[in-house]
Amino acid sequence: MKFLSEYRDPELVREYIREIGKITTRDWAIMEVCGGQTHSLVKNGILGLLPPQIRMIHGPGCPVCVTPLHLIDHAIHLAEKERAILCSFGDMLRVPGSEKSLLQAKAEGADVRILYSPLEAVSLAKENPTRQVVFFAVGFETTAPANGLSVVHAAELGLSNYSILTSHVLVPPAMEAVLDDEEASIQGFLAAGHVCTVMGTAEYGPIAAKYKVPIVVTGFEPVDLLQGILMTVRQLEEGRYEVENQYSRVVRPEGNPGARKVLERVFEVKDRDWRGLGTIPMSGYELREEYAAFDAKRKFEAPEGKAEESSLCMAGQVLKGIIKPQECPQFGKACTPSNPLGAPMVSSEGACAAYYHFYHVMEETK
Amino acid sequence: METNKKSLHWECPMPELDFDVITLGHGSGGLLTNKLLDSGVFDLLSNEYLDKRHDGAFLPGGLAFTTDSFVVSPIFFPGGNIGELAINGTVNDLAMCGAVPKFLSLSFIIEEGLPVTRFWDILVSIRNACATAGVVVVTGDTKVVERGKGDQIFINTTGIGYTHPKAKIDSRRIGAGDKIILSGNLAAHGVAILSVREGLAFESDILSDTRALNRPVEALIERFGEGVKLLRDPTRGGVATALNEIARDTRLGTEIREDQLPIAEQVAGACEILGLDPLYVANEGIFLAWVDASIADECLAFLRQTDECAEAACIGEMVEEHPGKVILQSSIGGRRVVNMLPGEQLPRIC
Repeated sequence: MKFLSEYRDPELVREYIREIGKITTRDWAIMEVCGGQTHSLVKNGILGLLPPQIRMIHGPGCPVCVTPLHLIDHAIHLAEKERAILCSFGDMLRVPGSEKSLLQAKAEGADVRILYSPLEAVSLAKENPTRQVVFFAVGFETTAPANGLSVVHAAELGLSNYSILTSHVLVPPAMEAVLDDEEASIQGFLAAGHVCTVMGTAEYGPIAAKYKVPIVVTGFEPVDLLQGILMTVRQLEEGRYEVENQYSRVVRPEGNPGARKVLERVFEVKDRDWRGLGTIPMSGYELREEYAAFDAKRKFEAPEGKAEESSLCMAGQVLKGIIKPQECPQFGKACTPSNPLGAPMVSSEGACAAYYHFYHVMEETK
Repeated sequence: METNKKSLHWECPMPELDFDVITLGHGSGGLLTNKLLDSGVFDLLSNEYLDKRHDGAFLPGGLAFTTDSFVVSPIFFPGGNIGELAINGTVNDLAMCGAVPKFLSLSFIIEEGLPVTRFWDILVSIRNACATAGVVVVTGDTKVVERGKGDQIFINTTGIGYTHPKAKIDSRRIGAGDKIILSGNLAAHGVAILSVREGLAFESDILSDTRALNRPVEALIERFGEGVKLLRDPTRGGVATALNEIARDTRLGTEIREDQLPIAEQVAGACEILGLDPLYVANEGIFLAWVDASIADECLAFLRQTDECAEAACIGEMVEEHPGKVILQSSIGGRRVVNMLPGEQLPRIC
């Protein structure tokens, strides 16, 4: 595939691995922020190719993993009790809520639909004027513009039966939260390439300076990831902490002005709960007052009862990189992809699921 | 006497299960389907033929017998429709038993309101598929259900065939060193269906790979006989699930190479965009063959000369290490486990 196979070139991969090995003089802990990067590291078997001194920590950038339990319960409530057409991205469906997942709710008769685009949900609202249509707006700065745009479209069409249940989170505050944790030991970051495609790179300079950590904006293909790791290690070895852009073929310093305009128009930055991490100040988007009519949280009541996490799940410590997934006593025992205790075991981008696939190879093919 | 009496008792207690309702995942062909099969509910029906859990049953007198139901939505899709799928599916299940398919039954469950022209189109393609595969429909049934009680049309087919005298299809004959051949490009059917599903529709000219495989399989067995140890058509759950089932059953490890997996560029591209792993996407016109290493190259060359299997490739082999696990060597030289999926593959967010 043109423009993809170039970044999967085995020869180039070997060269980068050799180069990383050559310049690494001690142990380094590097966090890849984005779940898409985690997925690619695992899918391509890159973790097993890196020198043993390089420890990759899988960050909180898995939207499925950090969506709080009470919002999943809320989504299920809307589908079951309000009889809404609940639209969602695919991998959100299997994440367990307090009692069940959206997939189970669907099996029990709720109208839950998998969509690729929130604009499809607006069309559904137009075609079903007697039904409420709710889009479960999950994701980072990457999915937020399209989700915001769906609200703009619905407003222009004068639809009164469309709303979004926002669970939008922001990368920079999460990076700071992870760095602020005393137990965390992250020395460098691969910043999420696609988030920066939207937002640009300006937000990361202050973080690199304040915490003295190198931050390299990185893409998702094997060569991207290895080049990003090499650039990070080089900075670490040289004692530099700058923002560098590995993914310059896609990421411009100013990001995507059109997308940012939509974000500015539709959303405002608020405090937000992160599953496993708790409340992080000013770390998420909520709809602005003028779009309140499209805000499912204001339009419908939240379900009663308190959402409680499994006390056995150590997702928070995993997401901060304090423990590795396989260090959790439940890993692979009480908690597996088909019976997950926490969200990181669900998504293929989740650190636990990623390790569940990878760790077995390491253990059994040694 | 006591046990005999017990087995005749009709009110058996249900085995303890960790799920209350059947979900779509239980029909995905993946881990949940296996969980349902392993849960003990089918022990009610246990017998020596059923317990082999092959694609079809081997009956006395050299007969192979299989059944399959087809509920695909939409019923017309790029490259085919539910009618030919129902014929090819059962023909292929028999072929995977090393059998020459002969006779089919055909049952329709039709939702009222189905335009008769569509029904006719389905019947015509059924007839053509039968002619291509060399089978005949010898009995059938038609039921109509109320609107809303079905999805336009469901089809069940059952098939009987004669096992080829040279065939010796048995997973117990598989040993370390045996090669795994995939007969053609993977993931075409699943992606073709997705491309026209509501909410996911995208423009492409990817066609389903639905086709009868009995002729190349028969030729393969005729030529190589016992050297062909096992055949599987990786339908629901895809190639990954079929490989996992065999690794589990044989208690051997499986090694496959990503750079050897045959896939059409368009299909690979669609999978990239949709966030799907082609190894888990359904196929309807390819098969996996486990063959003795000594004849693997010859088998491959032989298959590539056939119309149906021009893209065949040797994708890996069975090994002593990591029993029960399928390990993929990625194109860049990394390694990962290819697990069975818990349920249906769900598109990723980003």
